[in-house]
Amino acid sequence: MSLEILQAGPMLSIQDHGRHGRKRFGVPSAGAMDRPAMDLANALCGNPLDAAALEFAAFGGHLRAARPLRLAVTGGECDIRCGQRQLAAGQSHAIAAGEVIRIGALKGATWGYIAVSGGIAVPEVLGARATHLRFALGGVEGRALRPGDVLPLGQDDSSAPCLRPREPMVRPGANLAGRPIRVMLGPQDDSFDAQTLARLCSATFTVTPKRDRMAMVLGGTSLFAARGHDIVSDGIVPGVIQVPASGEPMVLMADSQTTGGYPKIATVISADLPRLAQMPVGAELRFEVIPRETAEDITLAERARLRDCFSGLVPASGAQLSSSFLLGCDLVGGIFAPEAVMGRDLMTAKEQQT
Amino acid sequence: MNALAHTANGQKAANPVFLAVGDSALAVQFGDSVDPQANRKVIALGHSLDSDPVAGVLECVPTYRSLLVNYDPEILRGAELEVLLALRLADLELGDEAGRLWHVPVVYGGAVGMDLDALAEEKGMTPEALIALHSSVECRVYMIGFAPGFTYLGGLPAAIHTPRLAVPRQSIPAGAVGIGGQQGSINSVTGPSGWRFIGWTPWRAFDPARAEPFLFAAGDRMRFVPVSAEAGTEIAENIAAGRLLPTPEGKA
Repeated sequence: MSLEILQAGPMLSIQDHGRHGRKRFGVPSAGAMDRPAMDLANALCGNPLDAAALEFAAFGGHLRAARPLRLAVTGGECDIRCGQRQLAAGQSHAIAAGEVIRIGALKGATWGYIAVSGGIAVPEVLGARATHLRFALGGVEGRALRPGDVLPLGQDDSSAPCLRPREPMVRPGANLAGRPIRVMLGPQDDSFDAQTLARLCSATFTVTPKRDRMAMVLGGTSLFAARGHDIVSDGIVPGVIQVPASGEPMVLMADSQTTGGYPKIATVISADLPRLAQMPVGAELRFEVIPRETAEDITLAERARLRDCFSGLVPASGAQLSSSFLLGCDLVGGIFAPEAVMGRDLMTAKEQQT
Repeated sequence: MNALAHTANGQKAANPVFLAVGDSALAVQFGDSVDPQANRKVIALGHSLDSDPVAGVLECVPTYRSLLVNYDPEILRGAELEVLLALRLADLELGDEAGRLWHVPVVYGGAVGMDLDALAEEKGMTPEALIALHSSVECRVYMIGFAPGFTYLGGLPAAIHTPRLAVPRQSIPAGAVGIGGQQGSINSVTGPSGWRFIGWTPWRAFDPARAEPFLFAAGDRMRFVPVSAEAGTEIAENIAAGRLLPTPEGKA
């Protein structure tokens, strides 16, 4: 059984938890830009959290299911319609065979997720179904989805109920405007002088349109490396903030390469990277430097909170949820501007040296 | 079984620097230059963690002078990992065990090796002399990175080192053999590059359809063997038809 793509948003792609174990061969992880949001979508559909789902930027598209299924959209508030029904984001819904689901604009967030019961069952490539667009790995031919694509689905439990979170799911401090993105210094903070390191914490940065699944280029404040912008290439993880000679800091994201030759002034902690990914173009942000032990404590607490949420889902039982409840089910990163749009292709700006 | 870890008459792999890379990765850095000794330590520690795993360590990425260790902080805190790695390093000895040796066929010049003539002229030598130099040495695979299977090499003769282009070219094919600064490359996927290219190999460093998608690994050794364009095309056809699987010469 399958899911047909009738209309596709600009960055509709198949994602999962990403490709692991082959970074030593230069294979990037890829996977969801906002993993907690994708995990929630899967949990709402009764799927394992690492099932493959659809990720979209700004708006989703039109889908038609060839069999009855449950479907959930997460990431932010979203205009979702199925026939005459208007469906709420943040919970799962029963969809009949042949019905068309129209997933419109995401409000106040950048990345949305569409999970269906049974998951997307395209073949694994190098251990994952996640799409890496630049290297054309995974998904459907390694590319963004387009109208006419027919996606195989995994088996689901057709008797399982639709679900919603028991309580509004709030990312700590998520809806407090101005809450800093927490980072750990390094690994190459010694490439920068004291004034620059101080500016990293005091200055305001902006999310620019130069963004995609590989990186987000930040504007508003330039950083210069006193010891030079070239290092002997070393390992990279999503979240590192590298600073090329342009002085524009670049936060590497899910599709980032495995190695790079620019100094990395700091690294966004894993609990805050999804929140950064969800910020719309034009959003302002500040960084706060915290020690490793604190970052680890936050990461562990965040994982425990998510596990509690996913294990405590309750039947949705057709009850209509209020908008305020859904906003509380935050998988949106504290952003209110609905005009979030994706930026132009980063191809030239993000070129990392080989 | 890790041959590198306990070789008699070996050299201690001591004194690295631990650099946190966020809350789930740690770089173990053995120097700040392109240096075969540092890279040997990187490879040896990676092998040690492969053959005798540490619970909570997810995967390692060897690079020129540091080993990136990805870990799960829920199983192992960064500070604990540093202690475990320091103990591991205290016991780690470097033998003279060498990596696999590959004899890689290269078609020099032509459309892919577009920089051969110009680079030879810049270096005040004939293209034949440049080819002879490039194929005269045993290179070291320092790391695989940038793209799946992209192979970074060290050990090229200084006479053919060359700066990168200020403006990268947009589409360099997989298999292109390049020089960037003091490093060499075998490109593995089609993409932009600012390196200079002097030839191509019919071997595929990365082929997702092959049982083992990646030919080369960090720590391998490599010699280039000049072949004619006709021979190169034939090798490529044999590989595509499944009649030929590139293999290394085995351990030295």
